[in-house]
Amino acid sequence: MAEEANKKTEESKNMKIVENATCTFCGCVCDDMELHVDLDEKRITKAKNACVLGRAWFAEHVIEDAPAAMIDGKEVTVDEAIEEAAQTLVNAKFPITYGLSDTTCEAQKHAVAISDYIKGNIDTTTSVCHGPSGLAFQGVGESTSTLGEVKNRADLVIYWGGNPAESHPRHFGRYAVTPKGMFTPNGKKDRTVVLVDVRKTKSAGVADILIKPKPGKDFEVLWALRALVKGNEISNDIEQETGVPLEVLTDLTERMKNCRYGVLFFGMGLTMTRGRHFNSGALLALATDLNEYTHFVAKPVRGHGNVTGADNVVAWQTGYPFGVNFSRGYPRFNPGEFTTVDTLSNGDADAAMIIASDPGSNFPKKAIEHLKNIPVVVLDTKSTETTKLAHVAFKTATYGINTGGTVYRMDDVSIPLRPAFESPFPEDEVILKGIKKRVRELTLKKKHSGGASGEAKVAAVNPL
Amino acid sequence: MSNKMMLIPGRSSKQGTSLNQGKLKEEYQKVTSTLEMNKDDMDKMGLIDGDKVKLSNEVGETIVSCLGKKPEDLSEGMLFIPYGPPSSQLMTSDTAGSGMPLSKHMMVDVEKVKN
Repeated sequence: MAEEANKKTEESKNMKIVENATCTFCGCVCDDMELHVDLDEKRITKAKNACVLGRAWFAEHVIEDAPAAMIDGKEVTVDEAIEEAAQTLVNAKFPITYGLSDTTCEAQKHAVAISDYIKGNIDTTTSVCHGPSGLAFQGVGESTSTLGEVKNRADLVIYWGGNPAESHPRHFGRYAVTPKGMFTPNGKKDRTVVLVDVRKTKSAGVADILIKPKPGKDFEVLWALRALVKGNEISNDIEQETGVPLEVLTDLTERMKNCRYGVLFFGMGLTMTRGRHFNSGALLALATDLNEYTHFVAKPVRGHGNVTGADNVVAWQTGYPFGVNFSRGYPRFNPGEFTTVDTLSNGDADAAMIIASDPGSNFPKKAIEHLKNIPVVVLDTKSTETTKLAHVAFKTATYGINTGGTVYRMDDVSIPLRPAFESPFPEDEVILKGIKKRVRELTLKKKHSGGASGEAKVAAVNPL
Repeated sequence: MSNKMMLIPGRSSKQGTSLNQGKLKEEYQKVTSTLEMNKDDMDKMGLIDGDKVKLSNEVGETIVSCLGKKPEDLSEGMLFIPYGPPSSQLMTSDTAGSGMPLSKHMMVDVEKVKN
């Protein structure tokens, strides 16, 4: 009855249904949403197929009554804010750009170009997420796959250092645990699921085997598994060291060697703890070792909706995935120096542009203190601790709800967005394109003091 | 009296849904200020759900409310809190040349805050 009543209400309103829309809340980037959109009120009333996080994402992104642009808390036009943002970035000695994981690839590419023109620094939220895994990929390599392959083939699924039940709720149902695939026709019955975590989280509910190492001992457990896979003996002391009994490791080794298609999904339980890239590297090396016996892959479980796109776009344009510096006129990659926690904590940055992220809330105290002391340009859809300290603030349209564009799923598959309703606020792409254009003009002026004729010559050779 | 325990900040469903409402809203502030703690540890410290505790380390300090968890879900000496401004107060800025600050497994002193 209630459903019928809702249907009648929907029919009487100016409603639209968007099929196969994409949720950009997390790295699963589920593209099977059916969105019911109230075009009069500009809000999504129902998001069919969405998980608990997706439902909140679609329901809470409504049009807020706020200025599109502000300078020092005072409302200005978008053009005035673009001018001030460009001047701020061009006049800095060490300008940094950070964020990018919650915007489209089309916007990300302009952010990279801006950093190039101003000889600045560009970094993404990857550096405080799977940045260590990015280092491990370079050192060890990655035996990889798409989530579609996992769905159709994997009969052994191992989650290590993550809690998808709360962070990526549809990872189990759509990709890796319960879906029926070509070679897994019975879904969950055809798979063994292993969860390795120091806590018993809500994800334990789907696990056939739960392994709880001592905190900070993931590397040791992974290295012991590598030894066992290679046929080396391991002492019984391993339990005392890692909290995991030898028979549990031996059993897991046999399961890994004898499965038809195995996958290791890994989370920030590995990258944010002691060992960092060594932990990720050990896991990637284990997956590689196992290919002597069967087919085995490893994939990081990525957090934000387009953090994988940020890695791809920054790597495509600079050669490196994050932590890139242009101060010498060409890109240099050095995590620990050009990553944003470091550029802020060390006091290097003298201006910042923060795009679709909130370091003012999530960064270490010392980094936040420095951010408070430099001019900051912020692009965000909502008010945050970072927008509170902005010199120039843009309120922007929400990607995937108000804008189209492209994002990358956590398995590096690109997915188009289908917007639900228009926003009065500008898109990140439009703002960044505007800043890029102005920054280009200002940097040319600096380079070619000969005046307009010099600038015109360069612009003619290398137009925007 | 203070006790040394290991703090693990991480994601939770409630943190995910409340951040969509807005990070400056009350719900998000409440979720990211709620510390999950082993029930036996709470008994030993004379704490009940909702009591305030001070977490501190060499980096900083923060005051949060505690919520008991069964010992089989959260081991003795272990604490969990959804990521947010309170957990950032305790995070070191040293990334050891990696770009990543140690954001989990932080040793902290836990002290009951008298009302």
